[in-house]
Amino acid sequence: MARDVKIDNMSVVFGTKMQRKAAIELLDEDMTADEIREETGATVAVKNLSIEIEEGELFVIVGLSGSGKSSLIRTLNLLNRPARGTITVGGQDLTELSSSGLRSYRRNDASMVFQNFALLSHRTVMQNVEYPLEVQGVAREKRRQTAQDAIDLVGLSGWENHMPNQLSGGMRQRVGLARALTNDPELLLMDEPYSALDPLIRRNMQDELLKLEDEMDRTILFITHDMNEAFRLGDRIALMKDAEIVQIGTPDEFFDKPASDYVRDFIADVDKTRILKVRSIMHRPGYVAKLGDSVKETREALKERDMDFCYVTDKNRKFQGYIRFEDLQKSRGQTINKLVNEDDTVIYRNAYLREAWHKLKEAEYDLPVVDGKGRLRGVLDYNVVVEALAD
Amino acid sequence: MWQTIRDFPERLYFDYSVYIDRFVDWLSNTFEWLFDIIRDVILTMFDGVEFVLGVMPWWLYIGLLFIAGWRLYNVKTGVILSLLLFLIGVSGLWDEMIYTLAIIFISVFISFLIGLPTGILMSKSSRLESVLKPILDGMQTLPSFVYLIPALMLLGIGRVPAVFATTIYAVPPLIRLTFLGIKNVDEQVIEAGISFGSTPMQMLFKIELPQALATIAAGLNQTTMMAVAMVVIASMIGARGIGQEVLIAIRQINVGDGFVAGLAIVFVAIILDRLLQGVTARFDQTMETE
Ligand SMILES: Nc1ncnc2c1ncn2[C@@H]1O[C@H](COP(=O)(O)OP(=O)(O)OP(=O)(O)O)[C@@H](O)[C@H]1O
Ligand SMILES: [Mg+2]
Repeated sequence: MARDVKIDNMSVVFGTKMQRKAAIELLDEDMTADEIREETGATVAVKNLSIEIEEGELFVIVGLSGSGKSSLIRTLNLLNRPARGTITVGGQDLTELSSSGLRSYRRNDASMVFQNFALLSHRTVMQNVEYPLEVQGVAREKRRQTAQDAIDLVGLSGWENHMPNQLSGGMRQRVGLARALTNDPELLLMDEPYSALDPLIRRNMQDELLKLEDEMDRTILFITHDMNEAFRLGDRIALMKDAEIVQIGTPDEFFDKPASDYVRDFIADVDKTRILKVRSIMHRPGYVAKLGDSVKETREALKERDMDFCYVTDKNRKFQGYIRFEDLQKSRGQTINKLVNEDDTVIYRNAYLREAWHKLKEAEYDLPVVDGKGRLRGVLDYNVVVEALAD
Repeated sequence: MWQTIRDFPERLYFDYSVYIDRFVDWLSNTFEWLFDIIRDVILTMFDGVEFVLGVMPWWLYIGLLFIAGWRLYNVKTGVILSLLLFLIGVSGLWDEMIYTLAIIFISVFISFLIGLPTGILMSKSSRLESVLKPILDGMQTLPSFVYLIPALMLLGIGRVPAVFATTIYAVPPLIRLTFLGIKNVDEQVIEAGISFGSTPMQMLFKIELPQALATIAAGLNQTTMMAVAMVVIASMIGARGIGQEVLIAIRQINVGDGFVAGLAIVFVAIILDRLLQGVTARFDQTMETE
């Protein structure tokens, strides 16, 4: 199960004890982080910040160097302690955890991928990847197996017995990712994981992350200072500046309604059509029927919402087709199963708008959007795409 | 007239050596049991080490050294190292060398037992760090034979005080480098360890010590070199070995013998240094990142 994350009015302050105390008192004043530093000497790295991240969301935080991104993400496994405010992950307030509770949270619930990989240079790839299980005391055989799965997943099979210094940067970061996945965390924290990589490898890694993310059920918090990367990856994006969030929203919302000139400048040289993905402009389907649902129930639901058709999935949310309201009205059957029009024109949610465009032009209806496992995730609306591709 | 102003007034003479004597007497009486234990332990170690070192035939030493030099470096180094050892034998100092090696090994071993935990504790406690740092600095500036005095006073003469003095003289670099090695572990690696929920003990044994291994090995090398240097001086309090040969030659102003014995010490130092450096380099090789 993925976890949701709620950060509420949270601040991170660095400095001596005295400086911090003085700075905390100024947090509610109308002062910027810089002004507080001049006044007190303390660095306010994150200031009165609130975010809610949904379960399973890929949330990206973007901002220039020093804007406080690392300070923020590091509070999510308490590598930094917040000066005040609360951080709730899956309903649990992190600051209230005992030291053993915190250890267990770090062991089981949240893993981090580091910018400079932070591999254990004295251990082989395999030993690195199994480390999170080793500290939990998992038996050798079992942890080897789990680690092997993670290694295979990131495409490093065959490299198990190499030392980190024998690998290229991209491969090292794969090790970092595999290591973060072995303990099957519900929350994956990635602090500029690709910033140290070459552009080409970086792009590959981004695609792989999207593919991985698609197949697993995890909340991912991803940090970057590269707007292109942010838009390529993020379901939603928060732009940080001077310890505060300037704008928060889907990629499309950034283009549509930039909150300030600063945001406009920031996204100026981002090519929308290459960046915008289906998932970032799709919307939720209004009503979804499941195989086995009764005709009557479905008819009522559609009538109530004034819809003339709806999508149908199986009980694992796998997309099956659609069903027409008029067919429902004519039907005498018990379940809707016979009425389902099977349809295989679907759009993959990580496709870029350019690719989706052709399919959409030919389609009769708005198109269903599915993930890598064929599960229905949303609907792509013709008009929204046209609008997004305009200007 | 000028003389009375110039010379230090005798009235101010104060002989505090008696107090020190009294203190040492008190110390050796009160802790007699402790020094007895130390003496027994060290002597037992001597029995074991000398047995092992003494039972091996000379050609086995030379053969093993060749293999070690070859494996760690190349054939040439293997040949040179074993040749140096052979020359010590040719000089007629083989038995003395074994005796000297025994003192060195035991001292280094005890230094390790003391130095490693001390270095670790020092890296964990900034208070201990601030206490130990000036002491270690001070120890480094003291002339080495100063260590002979307390050893002599507390343990008498012979090889036991020699080991005692050698250990105290040789242990600081190991403490210092263990401390440095742990302190210098990459911050991100430490954080990775913490972020996966390691306990402090897991951090120490699975991350910090392995990461610091190369530095600790360098410390062990320095400690060994200092032990080699000290073992010559320790012969002044009655330890036998190559050092004693040097000492005798100096007393008799016998340049030839002194030179031969001195050179043998240098050979021992070179051999040990090469071996330890080779091992350290091995660690470094597998460890280096970026
Ligand atoms: N441990 C610390 N002690 C003191 N100040 C710190 C500490 N960590 C971060 N800061 C300060 O907090 C501010 C925000 O730093 P942070 O590392 O969070 O920025 P960032 O957005 O991650 O930048 P980058 O892109 O360079 O990683 C900076 O002014 C930084 O100097
Ligand atoms: Mg950062």
